[in-house]
Amino acid sequence: MRLRLLLGALAAVLSALPCLAGNYVLSVATLALYFAFTGQAWNVMMGFAGQLSLGHSLFVGLGAYAAAALFVKFGIGPWAGLWLAMALCVAAGVAIGLLAFRFGISGVYFALLTIAFAEFTRIGFDHIGWLGGPGGLFLKVGQRTTIDLANLRGTPAMFYYVMLALTAGAFALCAWLLRSRAGYYWQAIREDEDAARALGINTFRWKLLAVAISAAMTSLAGVFFAFYYNNLFPEQIFHISQSIEIILGPIVGGVGTLFGPILGAALLTTLADSLNNLVAAMGWDIPGVKQVFYGVILLLVVMFLPNGIWPPLAKRLGLARRA
Amino acid sequence: MDRRSFNRNVVVAGAAAALSPFGIARAAGKLKVGVLLPRSSYEALIGQSCQLGADLAPGVLKAMLGVDIEIMSADTESNVNTARTRAERLIEEGAHVLVGAFDSGQTAAIAQVAEQRGVPLVINIAAAPQITEQGYKFVFRNFPTAGELVKNGLSLIGDLFQATHTVARSAVYMHVNDTFGQAMTHGINALLPRLTQLPFKIVETVAYDPAAKDLSVEVSKAKAANADFLLLVCRLNDSIVLRREMVKQRWHPMGVIDPGSPGIYEEQFAKSLGKYADYIIDNPPWYNPKGALTGVVEEAFRKRNPGEKFVYHGLNVGYTFEAIMIAADAFKRAGSTDPKALADAIRATDIDKRVMLGGPIKFNPKGQVDGNLSACVQILDGTPKVVLPEYAAEAKPVFPWPEYKGA
Amino acid sequence: MTATLIANVVIAGLLTGLVYGLMALGLSVIFGVVRVVNFAHGEMMTIAMYVAVLLFGAFKLDPILAALPVAALFFLFGYALQAGLINPFITRPEHSQFILLVAVATILTNVMLMVFGPDARNVQTAYQLDSWAVGQIIVDKARAYAALCALVTTAGLFAFFRFSRTGTAIRACADNHLGARIVGLNVKHLYALTFGLGAACVAVAGCMMTLLVEVAPSVGPSYTLLGFVIVIVGGLGSMPGALLGGVLIGVSEALAGLFFDPSAKSMISFALLIVVLLFRPQGLLGSRT
Repeated sequence: MRLRLLLGALAAVLSALPCLAGNYVLSVATLALYFAFTGQAWNVMMGFAGQLSLGHSLFVGLGAYAAAALFVKFGIGPWAGLWLAMALCVAAGVAIGLLAFRFGISGVYFALLTIAFAEFTRIGFDHIGWLGGPGGLFLKVGQRTTIDLANLRGTPAMFYYVMLALTAGAFALCAWLLRSRAGYYWQAIREDEDAARALGINTFRWKLLAVAISAAMTSLAGVFFAFYYNNLFPEQIFHISQSIEIILGPIVGGVGTLFGPILGAALLTTLADSLNNLVAAMGWDIPGVKQVFYGVILLLVVMFLPNGIWPPLAKRLGLARRA
Repeated sequence: MDRRSFNRNVVVAGAAAALSPFGIARAAGKLKVGVLLPRSSYEALIGQSCQLGADLAPGVLKAMLGVDIEIMSADTESNVNTARTRAERLIEEGAHVLVGAFDSGQTAAIAQVAEQRGVPLVINIAAAPQITEQGYKFVFRNFPTAGELVKNGLSLIGDLFQATHTVARSAVYMHVNDTFGQAMTHGINALLPRLTQLPFKIVETVAYDPAAKDLSVEVSKAKAANADFLLLVCRLNDSIVLRREMVKQRWHPMGVIDPGSPGIYEEQFAKSLGKYADYIIDNPPWYNPKGALTGVVEEAFRKRNPGEKFVYHGLNVGYTFEAIMIAADAFKRAGSTDPKALADAIRATDIDKRVMLGGPIKFNPKGQVDGNLSACVQILDGTPKVVLPEYAAEAKPVFPWPEYKGA
Repeated sequence: MTATLIANVVIAGLLTGLVYGLMALGLSVIFGVVRVVNFAHGEMMTIAMYVAVLLFGAFKLDPILAALPVAALFFLFGYALQAGLINPFITRPEHSQFILLVAVATILTNVMLMVFGPDARNVQTAYQLDSWAVGQIIVDKARAYAALCALVTTAGLFAFFRFSRTGTAIRACADNHLGARIVGLNVKHLYALTFGLGAACVAVAGCMMTLLVEVAPSVGPSYTLLGFVIVIVGGLGSMPGALLGGVLIGVSEALAGLFFDPSAKSMISFALLIVVLLFRPQGLLGSRT
């Protein structure tokens, strides 16, 4: 009951945000939701199925470029383009998964494999002239005052709601997945893969499913990114720092939980921005100060809250039970 | 922080933001200029250099135009996400005009915010042509596009050959494979065939990774092309690595000419290479050593930064200063801080007295200033000196360089 | 595409590869024994580079000579870091380790930015741009010295692990953690020792690197990635493997750059990594645990 109340309050505040807040807060909130969504997507692979991916920027980038290329070269809007984006990312994810799981790659090795694929793709896209190469792919920016949902052109509020819908959808999907058969199999695999296999679970298939779902979800974030920022550079979108930003939220919030990624992304985005303002207000205008603070806080969280912020918080709020 | 207090903070922040006066009814009298630059992470060096121009602007402009300017600085952290949110924040805090942001990707993000919010953005440095091709009404750029950079840079090479009575028939072209390098390459490939007065052809092209720490293979390849001179588009770090590699591999072409990238004229280049930096040529958009405003700006720079030499920051400081000057001049003519009035006033800008080389500052219908010029700058005795055009020259050009032994 | 050109390129690739191998050596030792994913590896090397640059600036101390004292300093630093901060994380899941070291890396990078500013710095020794010419073949002096140093350091470390008691003890911990404790080895101390040794290797590599490249606060992450690629290719915990991995990467990148597009040459290392991970995950010289 408490959970429902809290969820309801949260939903109300988030839905009303554009009326309450100015564009600046909205842009920060949109960013927070973006990372909440991608974090949730990554969480499916890591938190549910236990596979550490450090190359999720691959899926963001592929999704973004797929939708953007269709829009720029063929005039096809994002609602049709996202299907190609998802298909491409699922194919990539399944390919990586197939290779890795067939050959028994796991743990750190799997993580390094994902990094290798992301980096390989980054350099590769730097050499695809048709998609702009290192010079980037630019989407033509149209009118910003009217809302054209079909082509995702519009006000910051529109983008906010799109991202909010995506995040809410991801949340619902993950909640359903957790309680479904897939969720239980994943938990078994995560805890002890050999035992799970001994019980007759086709671990190979279920791990692959987790990768596919994670990749598909992340591709949507890529599509959003393309139409929100309107320019794509391989150096930025496939970069390892993107991958790292994506996983910070869930790890700080709580890997494997439902609320963890959202909470983590919200906290970190707000923290980063507040630090900017704090540092500016204190007059410590030395470049690098904010990142040091950020790193220290990250360090403290990971040292003293090994399971993330959500599990102890949930216990205190009396919402324990895996959520 | 738990979720309850987080929610509370969001609501408070939202209320505060909603209540802050953005848009209408600003107190006239002081122009608030939001300056967005990458002061940390990868582009920190240049961002901090540009910042020096922003910091000295209010004093100089007050004396010159009698207007009051307040600079609000923000660090884009060389990151697109941060650039966007910082731009929003500055506007929320009351910036009437935005200036920035050196990097094309970040500038493009800020431009969208500016256009969306109807707040003018005056771009100090960013070469990607697409930024002023979007049909924006609030985005202005006083910096040459990549195409112009290339045209000016290549023409100056022709002038250089004329001034030194040399003829070079072949060049090996090395370029960094990033946004800037690629734009320049497109420009060179398109323009070089058409500039028939230039006597040389490119016989080999070697593209290299900006993150590469070892360029021995690239230099070996380039050296094997046996061209007359090296045409180079680079960044600071790779220019140093390349020059060192040239020395190690005993490659002595007629010279090294850069049609207009950053790096060679920066302090670090001469410091790192010592005598090996001498005689290298770059044709960047540059400040006019004899410009009408150069003396004033240089004096202000020297007072504020006694340890720094103006020549290493002239480009960054000059263009950043000019961007703010454009805003100040528009403010004076418009007589109000209303963004739309400012934008209209900026559109009508016509400034003759400048720091940078080129014609008067006038914006074409796309918001772009045509006519910004480059200079042929050569490192002589460890310092970059303007050698062409003659009316701005501080020294005579040397080409081929002394280490060339002849074919 | 003459034979001379190819020969020059291969030799340069070989020497560079040896230096990369030295850089990865420390990572191999740490990763191979303590099993910690040290994502702050590149930043540690960057700090070592700064120390070497500062020593050169203050005392005109040649980086090759500075390698010993800097290595000693880093040994202590590594020991303290492992015993103090990292030890509890050995049993934690990889993603926690990863974030811990990413946080450490962020702090280190930005403290360096605050202290040193964004300018790149370097040393300028007399022989830095010299080369030997053997007929048409040109060999870069600085690179040759650095490569030599890499070989010496690797040999020394190898001997330590193979022939000394402590070295054997450390290898025991790596092979069988529980068994080692049963036998009475002070595992915590040995782990810290190993981390210290790894850090010392990084320090030597950093000093050598200053002969070849410039140091700026932002150079760390690419070295971390390169280090991991080399360690995986060469083989976890194998010292000759690190050198071999480095050489393989160095030469293949050089040849790729020569025959194809140099700006895409890094793709080779990642392709190599993928192939090795799939077909021989223990690396070329590593042993399957």
